[in-house]
Amino acid sequence: MKVFEKTKMLTDAHLHYCPGCTHGIVHRLVAESIEELGVQEKCIGIAPVGCAVFAYDYFNCDMQEAAHGRAPAVATGIKRCNPDKIVFVYQGDGDLASIGMAETVHAAARGEKVTIIFINNSIYGMTGGQMAPTTLIGQKATTCQNGRDPAVNGYPIRICELLATLDAPYYIERVSTHDVKHVLAAKKAIKKALKFQAEGRGYTFIEVLVSCPTNWHMRPVDALRFMGEECTKTFPLGVFRDKSAGEN
Amino acid sequence: MSKILLHGTEAICEGAIRNGCRAFFGYPITPQNEVPEYMSVKMPQIGGVFVQAESEVAAINMVYGAAGSGTRAMTSSSSPGVSLKQEGISYIACARIPCVVVNIMRAGPGLGGIQPAQGDYFQATKGGGHGDYHLIVLAPSSVQEACDFTYRAFDLADKYRVPAMILADGMIGQLMEPVELPPMRDLSELPEKPWATSGHYGKDRRVLNSLIIKPDELEPHVNELKKTYDEIYANERRAACYKTEDAEIVITAYGTVARIAKSAVNVLRSQGIRAGCIRPITVYPFPDDAFAACAARSCTKAFLSVELSLGQMVEDVKLAVNGKKPVYFYGRTGGNVPDESEIVEAAKRALESAAKQA
Repeated sequence: MKVFEKTKMLTDAHLHYCPGCTHGIVHRLVAESIEELGVQEKCIGIAPVGCAVFAYDYFNCDMQEAAHGRAPAVATGIKRCNPDKIVFVYQGDGDLASIGMAETVHAAARGEKVTIIFINNSIYGMTGGQMAPTTLIGQKATTCQNGRDPAVNGYPIRICELLATLDAPYYIERVSTHDVKHVLAAKKAIKKALKFQAEGRGYTFIEVLVSCPTNWHMRPVDALRFMGEECTKTFPLGVFRDKSAGEN
Repeated sequence: MSKILLHGTEAICEGAIRNGCRAFFGYPITPQNEVPEYMSVKMPQIGGVFVQAESEVAAINMVYGAAGSGTRAMTSSSSPGVSLKQEGISYIACARIPCVVVNIMRAGPGLGGIQPAQGDYFQATKGGGHGDYHLIVLAPSSVQEACDFTYRAFDLADKYRVPAMILADGMIGQLMEPVELPPMRDLSELPEKPWATSGHYGKDRRVLNSLIIKPDELEPHVNELKKTYDEIYANERRAACYKTEDAEIVITAYGTVARIAKSAVNVLRSQGIRAGCIRPITVYPFPDDAFAACAARSCTKAFLSVELSLGQMVEDVKLAVNGKKPVYFYGRTGGNVPDESEIVEAAKRALESAAKQA
């Protein structure tokens, strides 16, 4: 009889995430993918600022903690000096799509051979629920308490679509974690991105929709339903770039 | 070995390359554009990395990644760009990652001007970014020193696991002088980095981080940093003294100004005034011992700090002299550089004031 085991690519540290948050699932998907690809001995991860700030305690490999938004630049420095290693970046929406937009776009434009896991929960979680660049129209946040008003706050930014205007990226996909089927699809995309990196193909970017019951003020199940029904309308799932398409 | 004619910025690059720098990240800003330009040609030739970053912010974070994963790495900029790097430098200082940052200073504040200045002394020597930290800061006064100090900066940074800075005014960056280049260092001689995040798994894994959220863990960490700064202070203070033994007026200046001050010393001596000069080589740690030695001499009547600023290093001079003798200041700003006669006159005024005070 085979007993289920947690991937060794995660440490035994207790995750600090709120109940119902799907960050933990994504950590596991990334870690399992690395282990299944057999590249765990040569990984270097970069943790962001935001809810995943303690990711350096959870991934069982070398980790650097980056300043807010700067992870793609840090990844550039590491990967260029260690081209045979696997460099992955884990960032949230405030980090990646707001303060780190320049680093995000330029790492993609240069085609840095790294894998970026972009966690989109439409809110600043760690700081207590402020409006994010990905907050939906009408969605409430502590800095737009009547809901995001385009006339005042502008519109959410679709990062996959934006990066897909660039020539260099090799693989860009948006996935979700709102039900089992989508979690399995997310795993497939993450593993594919890491595999492409291991093969030296190019820049890979996976956006993962994640729930934030705490700051959305919803029960976890309602938050998952909201993701599936509402978030995916603003952020449609799918592959935005796959340069391997057509290969056998 | 024969000398070759080099630009200050090129000498900085050669000093870096010859001591194992294999990653450079930069962004264009006058007057240091020749550094990234030179590195963009040289790095690929020697198996190194060159990236023109999207900003100075990105460049310093690329250094954080490259140096963190074990490569000797450098970035270069000029005053406004170095301000942008301060966030990254603070993180690098806390995470204890050795690297070298070059500041070819131009006039400020703000966008300021593009002519030489020394207005970034406070920023360079007192930390610069947020939190308690210091860099080792070397101030070259010739193109030869621009090369030699950059070479040395990499060894100092590795030895203490602190970032080091080359603080040069725009004149040093843009000057051409003959230079004797040091030999190319064998990379296998470079120190081991058992903390570098170059790919380790499980119990061997390494973490570079500046988030230490528990007060009772952060305090010991910054106390460790302080211990390192104390060691650096004890071991690394450097100054060049010129005719200070019998000096009644001790002029002090660094970088380009020190060369003019030295000429002023000779003019003053030709007029029968016993002048001398202390030229700080390290501006952090500040060579207070050289000043204390002069302050203790009965022949010394006054000190005069000459800077391309409104008066920044003069504060460290006052601390070092500790009230034993009067300390005066003469500065030019906006990108202007004093000539030797201005310094001669300022020295005479300082001696007169000191005599009145005595």
